[in-house]
Amino acid sequence: MARPDGIARTALAFARRHPTIAVGGALLLSMALVAAIAPWIAGDPRHMTPSDRLQAPSARYWFGTDSLGRDVFARTVHGARVSLAVGLSVAAASVAAGLAIGLVAGYYRRLDGWLMRPMDGLMAIPAILLAIALVSLNKASVGIVIAAIAVPEVPRVVRLVRAVVLTVRERPFVEAAVGSGSRGLKIVLRHILPSTVAPLIVQATYIMASAILVEAALSFLGAGVPPEIPTWGNMIASSRLFLARAPWTIFFPGACLALVILAVNLVGDGLRDRLDPRLARRM
Amino acid sequence: MSAAAPPPVLAVEGLRKHFPIERGLLRRATAHVRAVDDVSFAIERGTTLCLVGESGCGKSTVGKLILRFLQPTAGRVTLGGVDVTRLDEQAMRGYRRHVQMVFQDPYASLNPRLTAGTIVGEPLENFGGMAAGERADRVAAVLARVGLRADAMRKFPFEFSGGQRQRLGIARALVVSPSVIVADEPVSALDVSVQAQVLNLMADLQDELKLAYLFISHDLGVVEHIGHRVAVMYLGRLVEMAEKEALFAAPLHPYTQALIDAAPLPDPHARRRRLVIEGDVPSPIDPPPGCRFHTRCPFAVSRCRTEEPALRETAPGRLVACHLREDGSMAPLAG
Repeated sequence: MARPDGIARTALAFARRHPTIAVGGALLLSMALVAAIAPWIAGDPRHMTPSDRLQAPSARYWFGTDSLGRDVFARTVHGARVSLAVGLSVAAASVAAGLAIGLVAGYYRRLDGWLMRPMDGLMAIPAILLAIALVSLNKASVGIVIAAIAVPEVPRVVRLVRAVVLTVRERPFVEAAVGSGSRGLKIVLRHILPSTVAPLIVQATYIMASAILVEAALSFLGAGVPPEIPTWGNMIASSRLFLARAPWTIFFPGACLALVILAVNLVGDGLRDRLDPRLARRM
Repeated sequence: MSAAAPPPVLAVEGLRKHFPIERGLLRRATAHVRAVDDVSFAIERGTTLCLVGESGCGKSTVGKLILRFLQPTAGRVTLGGVDVTRLDEQAMRGYRRHVQMVFQDPYASLNPRLTAGTIVGEPLENFGGMAAGERADRVAAVLARVGLRADAMRKFPFEFSGGQRQRLGIARALVVSPSVIVADEPVSALDVSVQAQVLNLMADLQDELKLAYLFISHDLGVVEHIGHRVAVMYLGRLVEMAEKEALFAAPLHPYTQALIDAAPLPDPHARRRRLVIEGDVPSPIDPPPGCRFHTRCPFAVSRCRTEEPALRETAPGRLVACHLREDGSMAPLAG
């Protein structure tokens, strides 16, 4: 079992059965790896070399340079750190908050209305406007951006969790647990919570993809993380004036953005098929 | 009544459950489904009362009301002399160890993600006040008693057959030593060959532990094998209640007669006089006035359409709600 060729064979078999998860996962993992070791493989993303402005990609500058003579490769690689960190943190934060609220709203019916009407109200506000408002009310920082993007995602998680709770709570084994004298908290944690895990994992991947896009949009609009931190969004924004003369300044961050979103969505779609019991015949 | 007669372990008096049908923006109740309407019975220690009727007659609702899965609209459920319908959630939890339920569907009533040991041990976690090791011993003992091997504790529900799952359900009910078990169609999801095994197990447990059963079923063939007394329900009301042998020998209510006639005989050559009723059960939202059975009763007279018959004792231990039986006659009705 622990033999390396055994592990490789298992991984290969998994990849053959779930190609979308394997391809998306591999893409995502390699991007995360590059982001993690960015300081060692790329130079200083803030270092300006004015004499080398708007250089085309070359052996020295793999992705070329921008209008201030900064290395686009270094900036793109460092930008991946912000994108992935924001994506993961938003997914984790909104799932945690949404799970807690959804479980309570679905199980304790008396609190349902009190919890869900504010959630509906939150859903009515466009996410990006709410995020801009939250960011502009505070000093720009990565933490504020994460919070600003996570808050509008919470209602959707709540709706999902609540829907699962409402169906599971009517199943006979929950009634049996009531008959066994179990209290609400135990019933929720032991009998209901596990059923929410599979749909939540799938939802979390979609939230991650959307959070990365919203972060890029906020940075593009100048309402995102502080401008001195390179992100794909603010790279595209600051380079758009030079699109015709130096398209590489936009192409590389844009392509990375598209690739990450593709990878996350591939994983999400694959997991949805894998975890959906109605499609389980392929397992 | 003699002073020696012990009080019934479970008594139900005037039990009603009306579900409001809410319509419109203000969710005003425009009508009520009278799922259970004025049902009374009592069960003594060590005996079985079978509650029979066709689907939708409210028999499962009676079970859920006794377990307080639903709150009754009116009436009392007395458990060992205590009215449990007015207890708050906290106090009710304490009484749950005295009345346990065996569910109809042995697949849906066991959490697929938990091991058999956890499922059967859950009531003990709440009531036993036992240490984990003691609890495991008790679970193992109960599993052995219902005929499951000791290694069953670590298995998951999907690893068991239907009959074994229902044994798990019985073990879960038994583990806290209740005095009453409500069994809602406990064998209707099982193969006939397995049904007999589970019924025999339940009968043995009753003899051994002096359990009182409320056995809810639509299958008179099953009822003939298990019950002491039988109560027949139609559209939320009891129409007849009697000792099992007396009921099968001479059903008094035309509905009971039709139910018994409808049960298949094991002998394909046997011929018998059949009372066949036609049509469907009327909606419990607007039950017919008068006797609720008059729309399908071949013997209905004009009085049946206007005046609701009360459930009254026509012979010792025999209760029937039918105008035609007020005279105490016992002969089969004939149109």
